[in-house]
Amino acid sequence: MSSKTIEYSYYPGCTAEGTSVEFDRSARAVCQAVGIELTDLEDWSCCGASSAHSLDHELARALPGRNVAQAQEAGLDTVIPCPACYQNSMRADRAFRQEEDWRRKMESLLDFEYTGQGRPRHLLDVLSHDIDTETIKEQVVKPLTGLKVASYYGCVLVRPPEVTGWDDPEHPTTMDALLEAVGAMPVDWSYKVDCCGASMTFPRGAVVAELSTKIVEGAIEAGANCIASACGICQINLDTRQAVQDKMPILYFTELMALAFGLDGVGKWLGKHGVDPRPLLRERDLLAR
Amino acid sequence: MTISIGKTDLTFRDEVRERSGEDVHACFYCQKCTIGCPTAFVMDYQPAQLLRLIQLGQKDKVLGSSAIWMCVACEACGTRCPNHIRLAPVMDALRQMALAGDYKPEPAIYALHRAFLDNIKLLGRVYELGLVAEFKTLSLLAGGPATLFRGLGADIKMGAGLFLKGKFGIVPERVKRMNEVKKLYEEAACE
Repeated sequence: MSSKTIEYSYYPGCTAEGTSVEFDRSARAVCQAVGIELTDLEDWSCCGASSAHSLDHELARALPGRNVAQAQEAGLDTVIPCPACYQNSMRADRAFRQEEDWRRKMESLLDFEYTGQGRPRHLLDVLSHDIDTETIKEQVVKPLTGLKVASYYGCVLVRPPEVTGWDDPEHPTTMDALLEAVGAMPVDWSYKVDCCGASMTFPRGAVVAELSTKIVEGAIEAGANCIASACGICQINLDTRQAVQDKMPILYFTELMALAFGLDGVGKWLGKHGVDPRPLLRERDLLAR
Repeated sequence: MTISIGKTDLTFRDEVRERSGEDVHACFYCQKCTIGCPTAFVMDYQPAQLLRLIQLGQKDKVLGSSAIWMCVACEACGTRCPNHIRLAPVMDALRQMALAGDYKPEPAIYALHRAFLDNIKLLGRVYELGLVAEFKTLSLLAGGPATLFRGLGADIKMGAGLFLKGKFGIVPERVKRMNEVKKLYEEAACE
């Protein structure tokens, strides 16, 4: 573990105890390993996902606004693993900064004071920009040598750029750099920021199957062994809806980092995937047989 | 595709601009939005066509379209628009105007959003198993068996796989200060 520690608030999001449990657990473990101390927001609520903004403009900023409000007392940046939660929180934070009437109304409704000291941050942003590459490299006990990874950023992590803005919206590279630091070989490919169909997986699974298959085929064409994801819904969509002959494992970038760091729990997390990544990793001596 | 023009309502385009905060008049129809849209292949009108229809005041066509419900807000269109029109907030405004104006939403997609917001209103967080149950029930009520059964086989396979791997939380989590969440719903006047 790193000697220096940096403190952050942490927003797990609704899928942390459900469909993205291995993202949450691997995110926490990797943060601890590189000296990031996370404190969960004490009574966080749902950010509204894609439903609040679809049906109700006011609710769409009030729901994530409640979480931004809770982060004010500690005054720390809030680490958020889910890109949709992150984007919604960023929007609420911008509204607090720019719309005084709305800020006053929320402050009186929720009895808090907006200080603007900390900001919502995505986990990938924090690991890429607050932690230097040397610190990441120092933790590596098992470099992911020879593992070709297609870094998949998806949509709302990098878009819209005026809200998210810390990486290139068309050709982001932060995840590639992190995976390179732990010894993997990121591949060049064309589907880094294409959308998987997101919540359409509930009402229109066939649409998501078509989009996810195209993305996985793109990674196969680029010669990747697996795809790295920074989003729970992307991971689950690609993992369960891809219709290709030789199924491709879809791992969270934090699972790959945890694997390289030799952290406990990795085998258990990998066992929860639809397409089992363990045979690929055992074949490359990256996971105990 | 030729689209015939119906009754023109020129206040409509101003209302869309007002509600979305986006200058929909600035579109010169380069169609970059349509080309980059992941779900354009299941839309009745393509994103650029929707903008043109808005400019022409075609309220009924726009608010009655399935396209406004097929948008997944991936923001590719807005990021690439040479005139900086962000279509995602335009789509949000159109969906909300459609609901306020008694236009019929896509039943299964509306059912999902409704189930999501009901879940949050009840627990403050989303309980995935409860969400799926309510979503399927609302789909059946709103769209009938055709909506319920569309892709059901693949969905059950997916859901069962996730369940067996312990990927669904069994016990719902509830926010402690639900009174705060309730206030936010009341303020938003969201039934």
